[in-house]
Amino acid sequence: MDELIRLSAAELGRRMAAGELTSEELTRACLARIEALNPTLNAFLHVDAEGALAAARAVDARRAAGDELGPLAGVPIGVKDNYCTTDMPTTCGSRMLQGWIPPYDATVVKRLREAGLVIVGKTNMDEFAMGSSTETSFYGPTRNPWDTDRIPGGSGGGSAAAVASFMVPLAVGSDTGGSIRQPGAVTGTVGVKPTYGGVSRYGLVAMASSLDQPGPCTRSTEDAALLQAVIGGYDAHDSASLNMPVPDLIAAAQAADLTGVRIGVVTEFQGEGYERGVLERFAEAVELLRAAGAEIFEVSCPAFTYALPAYYLIQPAELSSNLARFDGMRYGLRAGDDGTHSAEQVMNLSREEGFGREAKRRIIIGTYALSAGYYDAYYGSAQKVRTLIQADFTKAFETVDVLISPTTPTVAFRIGERMSDPMSMYLADLCTIPSNMAGNASASFPCGLSDGLPVGLQVMAPPMADERLYRVGGVLERALESAWGHPLLDVLPTIDTQAVTA
Amino acid sequence: MTELADYDDLLTRYEPALGLEVHVELNTATKMFCGCANEFGGEPNTHTCPVCLGLPGSLPVINGKAVESAIRIGLALNCSIASWCRMARKNYFYPDMTKNFQTSQYDEPIAFDGYVDLEVDGETYRVEVERAHMEEDAGKATHVGGSGRITGADYSLIDYNRAGVPLIEIVTKPILGTGDKAPQVARAYVAHLRELVKALGVSDARMEQGSLRCDANISLAPIGADRLGTRTETKNVNSLRSVETAISYEMTRQAAILDDGGRIKQETRHFHEADGTTSPGRSKEEAEDYRYFAEPDLMPIAPSAEWVEELRATLPEPPAERRRRLQAAWGFSDIDFGAVVNSGALTLVEETVQAGATPAAARKWWVTELARRANETGVEIDALAITPAQVAGVQALVDEGRVNDKLARQVIDGVLAGEGEPAEVVEKRGLAVVSDTGALSAAVDDVIAKNPDVAAKIRDGKVAAAGALIGQVMKAMRGQADAAKVRELILEKLA
Repeated sequence: MDELIRLSAAELGRRMAAGELTSEELTRACLARIEALNPTLNAFLHVDAEGALAAARAVDARRAAGDELGPLAGVPIGVKDNYCTTDMPTTCGSRMLQGWIPPYDATVVKRLREAGLVIVGKTNMDEFAMGSSTETSFYGPTRNPWDTDRIPGGSGGGSAAAVASFMVPLAVGSDTGGSIRQPGAVTGTVGVKPTYGGVSRYGLVAMASSLDQPGPCTRSTEDAALLQAVIGGYDAHDSASLNMPVPDLIAAAQAADLTGVRIGVVTEFQGEGYERGVLERFAEAVELLRAAGAEIFEVSCPAFTYALPAYYLIQPAELSSNLARFDGMRYGLRAGDDGTHSAEQVMNLSREEGFGREAKRRIIIGTYALSAGYYDAYYGSAQKVRTLIQADFTKAFETVDVLISPTTPTVAFRIGERMSDPMSMYLADLCTIPSNMAGNASASFPCGLSDGLPVGLQVMAPPMADERLYRVGGVLERALESAWGHPLLDVLPTIDTQAVTA
Repeated sequence: MTELADYDDLLTRYEPALGLEVHVELNTATKMFCGCANEFGGEPNTHTCPVCLGLPGSLPVINGKAVESAIRIGLALNCSIASWCRMARKNYFYPDMTKNFQTSQYDEPIAFDGYVDLEVDGETYRVEVERAHMEEDAGKATHVGGSGRITGADYSLIDYNRAGVPLIEIVTKPILGTGDKAPQVARAYVAHLRELVKALGVSDARMEQGSLRCDANISLAPIGADRLGTRTETKNVNSLRSVETAISYEMTRQAAILDDGGRIKQETRHFHEADGTTSPGRSKEEAEDYRYFAEPDLMPIAPSAEWVEELRATLPEPPAERRRRLQAAWGFSDIDFGAVVNSGALTLVEETVQAGATPAAARKWWVTELARRANETGVEIDALAITPAQVAGVQALVDEGRVNDKLARQVIDGVLAGEGEPAEVVEKRGLAVVSDTGALSAAVDDVIAKNPDVAAKIRDGKVAAAGALIGQVMKAMRGQADAAKVRELILEKLA
């Protein structure tokens, strides 16, 4: 493997700034890696080699002209396929939007371009971000670089796999119930869900509006901080966007110790249903954090037990409304428009063909949950649970600075293993959902391997205290580095491109 | 043809209940949730962006000016203003809705519990306002082929320029106790709202352009019944006269059905301007389920008490007080003043007086001449292409003796036709009264010579006969002679 692409984004940025490397060289190396691995991993749905090289050359030219550029200028990045891009299709992993090229850029995409990052392509995802395994993509599943028979997590499995397999140093994802953190955990990458409103959702195709949050997917804590600094901050196009100063995330990621930091271990997220290897790595990580100066407490958040069922009412309810615009009339797939069908029939046929099983399942659940006569029993009750979860967080943060838990109860499961059992699939997001329900900041950091597969540790912080995630993550990363390499680099197995069967 | 009951007769058996829903289109510079221009007309689909087209990924941001207008309307309707409220999604399918849900307000309207007092034929009626809420308009669909309705159309054309235009929907509580005055009360209410939103400056309130439109609910219950009858909702009634006509028509139609022992079907109905009838639209037999829920893409709206009070301080004079003040100032009888109000020209008359005309003269031009032209051309009186200052200018020409009333009508024609200011029209059309004694004298001599019998009568002292000669001189001068002068000359010559 080309040594170049093993470097962190921060380091690559430094080398380009020092004139030791051009963006074009780096972009070519990433494109070569993508070309070699993507047929196996299916992490990218679309690669724009020409566009990426043009963008890279433009950055190189600006640098040569002496322009003041940001620390990530010239670094290649993958963008989840639910962000609107004017120069590449945006499909959301769905047949419904096959080939659709939006007429506008998402705010995140705009900010990446302005900061000089090189967008190499669009990464695979569960259809409309519904799923925990990237198996519901119409364009086929993405495979986990650690074991190509296993899932890379979801819905942002494409972004996580692309970063974990060194196709690109950076990617952006979107996290509605864990779609950045859960793939991060099972692929050994850093995944951050910033505070709700911390990164603009404008141009991110909505799944569940009150829960969706864009965020970084990287291989190091510092890279994630650098990336969040680029994409975050106030945006007048998103009414939920927070109009307040962003704390210094980069400094937090570089903090040396955790002296005086109070860390609460969530008692509800351990024990039965959690794999032994996951709990062992988690326990070791807790000891490392203690050794770094943190005070460790046990904290109970009883309402977290109800987070999963409540989430599976609110999220389908909102998505049933958000997906109503896909009617086959204005953009995307149109089926049955052969002059023999009425407009209503065309709409039905387009939806029949355009949406996959999981999308249909959730649209039906959501429509039912919102319907007159059931609203109070389902959606209304779920909103009450949401308030209880927020109250649990508020109470916990009176005594501790952050909460931690395993990110997922298990390591990556096998492709196909849970597809016929939606309930078991939904359990993959058990630990990540409460943060989305409360709108606070949360991240997953690699904390070792279990049977050769990555395990993640989740850190949860109060709203607008994203810097605490980076401080804890950064210290943990350095503590693990002596045993692991930076991070997990030396233990990444060679990907056998021949072993995969379709 | 539907069988109808006799209007006066039905009121001996039935009590009408009205419910009015008025949509007011706000005249904000931009749309409700995006920065697109909020302009009437324009090439189809030119005032659009990802937000008002509902493209995937787009997000709404609420227009602060629209919220301000909503609060001012609420205050002017004596409503309470919510200290905290939200927008909601109303989920349903229609091709002119870009997102397949409408962003509206449901259980948390920005304004609620108000009232309006109306005077009709000297009696005061109080209409209670249940709520005034904010919502966005949909696009405009034109169904081509078939009957012109969506069912059976060959294809539909959709213009999204109007999609996302801010609307305020004002909903009354059931209006009871109006008896035979129900149609007039409804008309007076809509006229009041129209005047109010124009005075507030928040809407053009042009009914013919749909910027103020009324849905009229009406039901009949047997007198003494303790519950309301089944109602129908007549959609998009787009003039004051139509409001009155549609309601009296529905009353007589429903009464005939009830008299026959039939049941009223709850449905929406279309109003037909041409013959003043209504016909069934979409059936509402089953309750609609809009699956309302709080719009998660928009933050709650929490107008501070201070802001609301600031806005209250900007309210214009309440219409009833204004009317009392103007009637007293102008010294009009109830009938004369009522004519001004009913023609929708109150503000126009006021401005014409401000521009220098006497109240009587201002009233004369607007209520007789211009109201007739507005009616003939089917536009609102304030949409006519003549300003109060120009009307005052026309009257000034009359006062100066440069034109008479008859010629003044032609001056108005010219102004309406875009020929310029009144004085310019007089010039261009050669309308000035001829008071040049030489020309008049010649014309008078000519007429006297042609009518020796009449001349003889006048010489004999029958002065009244002069009228016939004056008429002929006027005719010869194409109406441009100064009649008083002509009379003077005739009497002088035949003395």
